[in-house]
Amino acid sequence: MTEKEMQIQQKQEVQQSGEPTKPEKQYVPAVDIFETAEAVNVLAEMPGVAKEGVEIELENETLTIRGTVASENQEGETFLLREFEPGSYLRRFTVTETIDQEKIQATMADGVLTLVLPKVAPAKPRRIEVRGI
Amino acid sequence: MAIIRFSDQKLFRNPWTDFEIMRRELDSFFQGTGSNSGGRATVFPALNISEDSANIYVRAEIPGVPASEVEISIEGDTLTIRGERKTCTANEKYSYHRRELECGKFSRAIALPTKVQVDRIEAKAADGIVTITLPKAEAVKPKQIKVNVG
Repeated sequence: MTEKEMQIQQKQEVQQSGEPTKPEKQYVPAVDIFETAEAVNVLAEMPGVAKEGVEIELENETLTIRGTVASENQEGETFLLREFEPGSYLRRFTVTETIDQEKIQATMADGVLTLVLPKVAPAKPRRIEVRGI
Repeated sequence: MAIIRFSDQKLFRNPWTDFEIMRRELDSFFQGTGSNSGGRATVFPALNISEDSANIYVRAEIPGVPASEVEISIEGDTLTIRGERKTCTANEKYSYHRRELECGKFSRAIALPTKVQVDRIEAKAADGIVTITLPKAEAVKPKQIKVNVG
């Protein structure tokens, strides 16, 4: 594999009809979603969000991921360079698979949220063998 | 590797100085039009650099990299942040719906605006943001000068 330097992904702001009351920015976190035979996995990148600041809801097939950043006291500092602005994160997905709501697991490590949404048992693929007579 | 220079050296008696100033002003004019958040570097990680009278603070957004795997070094006036992100869970068994996270090696060097006390630099990582605190050297710290009434 050729060595490639990582690029910054510019944060996209949430486009929504309702305006938030707080004057902070709301970003769409970048995600990886992949499906295995057992579960749907979601990785969401939310730098600056602590474990306590994550909110996950699953309601009527809509999965909402919300992350709030604890603001750090930076008073008295003058900025020399500003490439990112802290803000909260919000993203919604429509989950079509039948998810076992009781067994959803979420972990937060180094600003990345890992969400495991296990499928309900019957959704697992079953191989049907065709036999000759 | 990208290096940010805070101040270009003033060239003494350079006939091109005026052109240089003009170019810089044009550059800053075009930079200002895009977005309100100033510098738009494309090299990972995104940095916020600020200072107060005692310290320079460098904050880097490095989600998905454990603190132990971020390598920070200083050489003269150049601070380097290096590491590798291994969040890619490439597996043929997975069927991807979305792939937006990037991974790979990264390194970024910054030319510091002032001298710092190299042996007192501290770095901490919390929730994907690495904060490096660089105490300014005594020589560049602001000092109050008392005015004596004569």
